[in-house]
Amino acid sequence: MGKTLTIQPVTRIEGHAKIVIDLDDSGNVSDTKVSVIELRGFEKFCLGKPVEEMPRITTSICGVCPMSHHLASAKANDAVFGVTPTSTGRKLRELCNAIAYMEEHILHFYFLAGADFILGPNAEYPVRNVIGIVGAAPEIAKKVVKVRHMCARMLEVIGGKSIHMTAAVPGGFSRPLREEERAELLKQAEEALELAKFTIAFAKENIFPKYLDVVKTLAAINTGFLGTVTADGSLDLYDGKLRMMSADGSYEDFAYDQYTDYISEHVEPWSYLKFPYMKKAGGFSMDLDNPVGVYRANSLARINVCDKIGTPLAQAELEEFRLSFGRPAQLTLLYHWARLIELLYNAELTVQLLNDPEITGTDIRKKVEPRAARGVGCVEAPRGTLIHDYETDENGLITNVNLIVGTTHNNAPINMSVKHAAKTLIKDGKYDQGILNTVEMTVRAHDPCYSCATHNFDGKIPVNIKIYDSKKNLIDELSS
Amino acid sequence: MAVRVAEEWFSICAGCEVAILDIGEPLLDILPKLEFVHMPVLMDHKLFGQTGEGKKAEIPEADVGIITGGIRNEENRELALEMRAKSKILIGLGTCACFGGIPSLANQFPLEALYEKVYRGSKSTESAPTPSAGIPPLTDRVYALNEVVKVDLRIPGCPPTPEMIASALNSLLEGTEFKLSEKSVCDECPTIREKKAVSNLKRPLESIEFDPAKPLNTVRCLLEQGFLCQGPATRGGCGGSGATPRCIRAYMPCRGCFGPLKDTANPMVDMMGALSSIGLDVKQIPDRAAQFNRYCGAGRLKPLPGGR
Repeated sequence: MGKTLTIQPVTRIEGHAKIVIDLDDSGNVSDTKVSVIELRGFEKFCLGKPVEEMPRITTSICGVCPMSHHLASAKANDAVFGVTPTSTGRKLRELCNAIAYMEEHILHFYFLAGADFILGPNAEYPVRNVIGIVGAAPEIAKKVVKVRHMCARMLEVIGGKSIHMTAAVPGGFSRPLREEERAELLKQAEEALELAKFTIAFAKENIFPKYLDVVKTLAAINTGFLGTVTADGSLDLYDGKLRMMSADGSYEDFAYDQYTDYISEHVEPWSYLKFPYMKKAGGFSMDLDNPVGVYRANSLARINVCDKIGTPLAQAELEEFRLSFGRPAQLTLLYHWARLIELLYNAELTVQLLNDPEITGTDIRKKVEPRAARGVGCVEAPRGTLIHDYETDENGLITNVNLIVGTTHNNAPINMSVKHAAKTLIKDGKYDQGILNTVEMTVRAHDPCYSCATHNFDGKIPVNIKIYDSKKNLIDELSS
Repeated sequence: MAVRVAEEWFSICAGCEVAILDIGEPLLDILPKLEFVHMPVLMDHKLFGQTGEGKKAEIPEADVGIITGGIRNEENRELALEMRAKSKILIGLGTCACFGGIPSLANQFPLEALYEKVYRGSKSTESAPTPSAGIPPLTDRVYALNEVVKVDLRIPGCPPTPEMIASALNSLLEGTEFKLSEKSVCDECPTIREKKAVSNLKRPLESIEFDPAKPLNTVRCLLEQGFLCQGPATRGGCGGSGATPRCIRAYMPCRGCFGPLKDTANPMVDMMGALSSIGLDVKQIPDRAAQFNRYCGAGRLKPLPGGR
């Protein structure tokens, strides 16, 4: 008899998803699905709002990467109002982005995914978590908790609030950084840089070698990649042009507002989350042997699409990584490695920005005037390219919103990774919690945030009651 | 004996969970006193058994249940009932659980209009029927937690402060009473108020007036400068005990993320009073109902005429 396994919820990720594995009569995997079971509806309920309120509404799409939504929204506002932020305003935003990245990459590596590596994928589930790490490696845990918390407090100093900040505004930033604050932040940034250096060295010595065999076989899929680079091809997480790389390594660059020429979104009946694909592939298929149009975003994608990194330690790591795994690197578990290179880059960038004399400037924002316009703002969120596309009327009120968020780009590859892992690991009806957790690890590698991805809306088949009068005129309509 | 804790999240952004982590090092002292039996963000307990063969979603017995997020689908509703049944004390954490939060802005629109926009009205999406296979059906609107189950303690905030969460956890561990601030955001705001506006209402498209070299207590009240600030109708406490409200620290006006001063309050009426008392005209504010109820739409926002 065939049967169905439901892994729900997928844990140690952000948001709600379930994995459904169908086994055939002989106990082998016939199909798998990663269904996303929530959605919210920002694209609808933001209509009519003053566009300048968007940077403080859309942060609630995600409390893990609120900074990314805040900044993408502020950049879409800049475009709608036709304004270039002041130099100090831009640098304060970049500083917030770099610090938020450190906080989130530390969170993911140590708090969410780390337990699989530090304690092992087969560890019993009650200890296979961050509390287990606290028990197994208390000194590291203490340091990590301290630095992650310190990053959050740094953001509070700069912008008042670390989760759902409000300080990025059309034309710049609302609050200047004071010299005494800068000096204190710089000390903290140097401490964070030390942790970043420690983390990648520790992982390269103690974690990656141990799992390299798993890395090579688990969820091996071939896809394209999407990320952001500067005009000269350097990694940039705040601003630049988008780069879509095919699986063979060839690529095309394009401006933010051209994204609809390159990306299309497909809908499957079994998930609220859409499946973006490369439009130029001419179609979409998640067939493991012959995928069509599938690309990935997030750390591995960014490390693949960039030609270089502008800070010395991260550049050295990039060179080493490329020497070992080529370009583009396809192995799913390399997302973790790529994430640690980015952690290092952001730590270096934070120190750099805090040493920039302009960072304490007081020319922080420009005044703007409402107008009818379209504005597309993008940043690289930790979980992938984030696109905020707004249209406004002449009063600057929202008439249209389109959002594509980091995790959504990875919907198809996550489904493919899970299918590949389940088919490889589950044979003849044999499975246990360790094997199922290893299947989940392929989801975790992508560090998905289904809260982000489900900004849209969750739905059911709507009940629609139409009430007619005796002359068959529609007098009312009730929808569930 | 450790206190057994179960945590679930519904229509969320996970900011409340990050706020728990933001307790920082003191969390390491609290953790050994807690035993997490269910918490999807941090640990691997599964609703349908560890090997996924269960037929009914089950949560273990707990001394304390914590729920973040409002209720948005039928699965949230079922899990809220299960959490209530299995928890001796149930806490609603964060503004979404308490009042619906930002997602309850959706209560201004009929469901079908939302589906149309997302699946058939998006410039980058191939039009398709609304997905419905094997995924939980939606509730008719966003509900606050206490509209569905009895809640013993509600801690608002988008997100709540780490200090509040730590203090609530410590109160539970020590068996003492936890109380929320009864002050408003204005009560905790250091800016200068003279009960008279110095400008007509302005949208925040320009900076408020302030001298970067001087402290906040030299700055004129943002509302009196003409920038809509919802401090008068919003519960205080966001800055931590007695400290300056978080958004004011960034020279940004309050938008009400700690929810109304009382459960029975009508923030729109309170704000209209506050505005007119200093000579400002509420009619100049676009999208008023949503503006004044931005974080508390569960039970306060209804579909707009014409279903926009």
